[in-house]
Amino acid sequence: MIETAVTIILLLLLGAVTIGIVRVRGLFAAVVLLGIYSLLMATLFIVLDAVDVAMTEAAVGAGVSTVFFLGALSLTDTVEASAKRPQIMPVVVALVTAGALLWGLSDLPEFGSPNQPIHSQGADYLARSIPETGIANVVSAVLASYRSFDTLGETTVVFTAGIGILALLRRRRGEGKS
Amino acid sequence: MIAAALLAVLVAMALVVVRALRGPTTFDRLLAANSIGNLAIVVLALFGFLTERPEFLDLGLTYALLNYVGIFAVLKFFRHGSLGAEAEADKP
Repeated sequence: MIETAVTIILLLLLGAVTIGIVRVRGLFAAVVLLGIYSLLMATLFIVLDAVDVAMTEAAVGAGVSTVFFLGALSLTDTVEASAKRPQIMPVVVALVTAGALLWGLSDLPEFGSPNQPIHSQGADYLARSIPETGIANVVSAVLASYRSFDTLGETTVVFTAGIGILALLRRRRGEGKS
Repeated sequence: MIAAALLAVLVAMALVVVRALRGPTTFDRLLAANSIGNLAIVVLALFGFLTERPEFLDLGLTYALLNYVGIFAVLKFFRHGSLGAEAEADKP
């Protein structure tokens, strides 16, 4: 009961902050508001009992993203270029994406329902993992063995992102000296 | 009791969000962001006690550290105009 109330209040605040992000003109203020959005989102994730996701949201959304945005602002400019005329295409893309997401949402199982696939499938990993993989830790077995290609892909993405950021920073520093 | 405290903290959070959205200067928004970070820690702690999982307090400590890093980066940006190392070198 109280959890529902907290969820609704946080969602309302999130909506208000989103409208604020769209309406605000200064890019620096937008970065600050994005940080606020991430903090509210992390709190909402905690109320929804997804503590690990909340941790990631707070670390990436409110922490590192703010630093990256500020780095981008220091490399470019803090004033937004004003659009010449209203653009219709981004609105269409946003509406179509929102419609597709809402359509997909109708197919999800009910929140907290015991009939979710997560409860009916995969529970036999506990019995299967040691004879099949020989790894004592079940989480490690799922991550590194059953989903090894998924994990390899994730590692590749993170590695590529790191290389890209290093290349950007390195070139900038060289230009400053010469 | 804890539920009432939780609702009170959420009301405070709403007021701070109003300040962040209306704030005439960027520093108002910055201070609001910092306050929301602190209020999020309090919500986290209260919610942990409400659902009888006081180990959420550890997460609150991590939040405090993350909040510190974010605000530190923003203030450094204001002080030097960039986050790079060159600005550090010609500091008075």
